[in-house]
Amino acid sequence: MPKVKVPRKSTSVDMTAMTDVAFLLLTFFMLATKFKPDEPVIVDTPSSISEIKLPESNVILITIDKNDRVFFGVDGQPTREKVLRSMADKYKVSFTEKQIKEFSLLSTFGVPIAQLPQLLDMKAEERLKVAQSGIPCDSLNNELSDWIWQTRLANNVVRIAVKGDRETNYPVVKRVIATLQERKVNRFNFITSMERAE
Amino acid sequence: MAEIEGGGGGGKHKGGKNRGKKLSTRVDFTPMVDLGFLLITFFMLTTSMNKPQTMEINMPDKDVKTEEEKTKVKASQAVTLLLTKDDKVVYYFMQQNGEPGTPMITDYSPGGIRATLIKENKARNPNIDSVAIYKQQLNMGQIDEPTYKAHASQIKSFKDGLIVVIKATDKSKYKNMIDILDEMLICNIGRYAVVDISDIELEMLKTVNLE
Repeated sequence: MPKVKVPRKSTSVDMTAMTDVAFLLLTFFMLATKFKPDEPVIVDTPSSISEIKLPESNVILITIDKNDRVFFGVDGQPTREKVLRSMADKYKVSFTEKQIKEFSLLSTFGVPIAQLPQLLDMKAEERLKVAQSGIPCDSLNNELSDWIWQTRLANNVVRIAVKGDRETNYPVVKRVIATLQERKVNRFNFITSMERAE
Repeated sequence: MAEIEGGGGGGKHKGGKNRGKKLSTRVDFTPMVDLGFLLITFFMLTTSMNKPQTMEINMPDKDVKTEEEKTKVKASQAVTLLLTKDDKVVYYFMQQNGEPGTPMITDYSPGGIRATLIKENKARNPNIDSVAIYKQQLNMGQIDEPTYKAHASQIKSFKDGLIVVIKATDKSKYKNMIDILDEMLICNIGRYAVVDISDIELEMLKTVNLE
């Protein structure tokens, strides 16, 4: 039986076009995105039809998770350093230069200031694992209020954004809002996720 | 012979020019593609794409000094929404004699509180439908953003329009509050406030078993 001879074709394909596509996409992703800050908690924000965007810089981010813990974060390394120094003065907690440096790289944290040196001594991976207890913000010990105040002294154009979880209990939100109002912050933003209006 | 041979042996040159072997100019791009996609994957996983949406809220100044400075509101134009547990909303209107009216229970679905708010708002502010028309014109590019905002805020701040007082109980969730603020946007309600709940209202919630 005669064999049918299939002409042997070269298996090498021209990869140039594929390279072009790959690098085009790469460029797009590098330009259109920014790095995710490493957050100690995952927060599922409620949705709204609002289309106002959060400004990219000069934002204090107050995160409230579903276990009613409050986290605080501000952008800008010089601001963070300045805030930590003034908070250290106020609460008589001493920080080493290394800890201050470490703090300036920390996007969000949620521990009372007394435990902050301990948290800063940890490595970044360990810090993600440890359960942070949240910043005290009740009427007896309101550290959150001072953090907000010192941040506003360090950076006077800062805006305040509150990011809460869907299941956060209202009393905590109420306390945070009351704290803000005590500090004469009557205008702030709630972070929500996108929703289409029917 | 007068010819001088450059090379010593000369056996390999067959008289012609010394031509280098012709190399192909094609380079294998496969590793580069690999690298490209690896980097794409890395960037897709480590970065976040969109900026978060936000909702702006203005709270009233906390230390309002005297009774005169408080905004006086006609009883007939105010509706109070109580956000309670189990994702329910209780709302009531003020009666003419200053007593709170009967509480009614509803929820956050489009047929619930939204329908009520739209109906009540329309009854008090006859021009409210124009906001939707302006919005449409904005989307079609007939008017620009500042014009739309000017018209919309003028209509929304109509002095006899509906005023919504939002009071959240301790049993409600953060989601409920965002939902109700969102309804304010959807229903084009210009004037609303988030206030602490009072004892009278807590009593009222007991009567409908939602305290």
